[in-house]
Amino acid sequence: MEQRYRKRWWQHYLALLSCSVLPLLVFSFVLAAFWEQSAILQAHHSLRDQAESRRDLLDLFFSEHLAQLATIVSCSTLPELDSERNLNKILSGLRSNSQAFLALATLGADGTLHAAAGPPELTGPKEFDAQTAWLNAAIAQGQGVSDLHTGPAGVAYCLLAIRVPHADKPGALVAALSLDSFEPLVQKAWTGNLGDAYLVNLDQRLQTRPRFGGGLLEQPVSLSGTSSALTPAPAPSEATKTMQRLGRNGEILRVAAPLRQASWHLMLTQNTEEVLAPLLQRLFWLRVLVLLAASLLAFAAVYATNILINRIITADRESAACADMLLQGNKMIALSKVAAGIAHEVNNPLAAIAEKAGWLKDLLAEEDIAASPNFAEFSESVDKIEHHVTRARNIILNLLGFARRMEPTRELFDIPTLLDETIGFLDNESRYAGIRIVKAFAAGLPQITSDRSQIQQVVLNLLNNAIDAIGRDGTITVTTRGDQDMVAIDIADTGKGIAPADLNNIFQPFFTTKAVGKGTGLGLSISHGIIEKLGGKLTVQSKVGQGTVFTLLLPKQ
Amino acid sequence: MEPLRVLFVDDEDDFRETIVKRLKARKIQAEGAGSGAKALEILKDMDFDVIVLDVKMPDMDGLETLRHIKAMKPEVEVIMLTGHASVEFGLKGMQLGAFDYVMKPAPLNELLETINQAYAKKRGLNH
Repeated sequence: MEQRYRKRWWQHYLALLSCSVLPLLVFSFVLAAFWEQSAILQAHHSLRDQAESRRDLLDLFFSEHLAQLATIVSCSTLPELDSERNLNKILSGLRSNSQAFLALATLGADGTLHAAAGPPELTGPKEFDAQTAWLNAAIAQGQGVSDLHTGPAGVAYCLLAIRVPHADKPGALVAALSLDSFEPLVQKAWTGNLGDAYLVNLDQRLQTRPRFGGGLLEQPVSLSGTSSALTPAPAPSEATKTMQRLGRNGEILRVAAPLRQASWHLMLTQNTEEVLAPLLQRLFWLRVLVLLAASLLAFAAVYATNILINRIITADRESAACADMLLQGNKMIALSKVAAGIAHEVNNPLAAIAEKAGWLKDLLAEEDIAASPNFAEFSESVDKIEHHVTRARNIILNLLGFARRMEPTRELFDIPTLLDETIGFLDNESRYAGIRIVKAFAAGLPQITSDRSQIQQVVLNLLNNAIDAIGRDGTITVTTRGDQDMVAIDIADTGKGIAPADLNNIFQPFFTTKAVGKGTGLGLSISHGIIEKLGGKLTVQSKVGQGTVFTLLLPKQ
Repeated sequence: MEPLRVLFVDDEDDFRETIVKRLKARKIQAEGAGSGAKALEILKDMDFDVIVLDVKMPDMDGLETLRHIKAMKPEVEVIMLTGHASVEFGLKGMQLGAFDYVMKPAPLNELLETINQAYAKKRGLNH
């Protein structure tokens, strides 16, 4: 393929790729990103729903236990609540239902301990000293849940308080609620292998043990670095969500749901990698499929581009051939016009000369010029004039016969005469190229009836090809053979020959081994067509390096 | 027998005059006309048996002259004289009623032969 076609090939190929493979890749990339985004969004939503329902469960847990305390307060008199013996009785009653309650205590408005039941390390007089602020807030609100405490024995608990209406100043019934009683409720929300759930207070201190990183009352690892402090529940049932990117482990989805009964937040986290794992697997196969499709398209584009470029090459050849033919046709038209003009212009003086010579001849036959000593000279000269007028007339007839391009006609003619005439056209050209044209005509060849000028055109074309094939210095042998029905003309050259692969194609239209624009690839195909139409045959034999023989078989009729 | 009367129409003076001379030398009563118009003018006053008409002439060409002649004197036989390139004109002339056509330059014998054939045809019609 030529350089310019190679360039066009790449142009078309890249254009095809950019409108097939490129959109496919962009589309699948965007689709994958979209899927990923929506999967994360969905995971986030479900995590939020989960957090909210789990939060509601915890709220229920705390409000149930507060309600138990409230029942005790409303069913007891003040002295009863202040009685240690009575509190012990109540505590054992509570503990027979639920191991959640660890201790009970009655406190005054200023935090003074009135009575206590349960392990002394939880209910010692000093245990409540640090809680005054919380206690006062709880008394003011009627009830409250404190942050987590760890007792000396490693027991973790939180405090529940219910206001006790004193005559002068209200006090509080306080119960210690063990961490073990509500921690499983939180830990049940650990999902998958990487999901985590825990409670934090407003200072971001852990109120339950998380799955990964951080002990009780410490800051959870997954929250370290976040400066934003948590705020108490702004509105019931609201859950806020945030997302955080953590290095190479992918993104962490985190949802914080504020509790209503305690000033805590339930935190649920989920690793996006785990959420996306099934999707990522599907995306992997999608990518494999897209790559397969893309490479298929790339191959198909190669195929399509090849077809396209071949069409372009053929079209280029054809248009070059058409231009050539047009040029040739125009030349022929111009030539025949010029020839007709010359013929007419030359004919008139020729006719006058012929008549004058004829008149002279008439006169010579009369009178007594015959007696003139120069009579023989006169007579011979007149004859010569007539002879040369006839010769000039024949030249003009030949010229017209060649220039005339008419519909196929049928006339009786002599093959050797036609060959002589045609070879005569190429005398100069062949002599200039050092090519000898040898005539080997069989004697007694019958005349044939056919289209003389078309056969002449074919012979001329074959002779021209032979001259082209030889280039310089060689021999063209024109042989005629014949029998009763057929006449054969062999035109053999000593040129470079035709490769066996090309030999099958040489009669195909537009087949040429010459450069584009140099040869149309039409000559032999037209010749072949003409001879077939006239009922003859055009065949070829060739040996590379030795030469080529074209054989023209023509029927006598 | 009356002599054969021929009108020879051709714009080429030397050619026409020589032909006329040679025809006269052969005992033919020949006249020449240098154009189609001149030929029609002569034809008004004189009768001819055969008219030889060149196809290519300036002003009025052979075919047009032929039409006028056939309109004026349909009994006259006309022979068209054509160049090789204008054989079609000769054929067309025959469609318009010409007797035959002869290619120029033709030997006088050939022309004479055709003239005689045309004359024979005309006489055959008259008698």
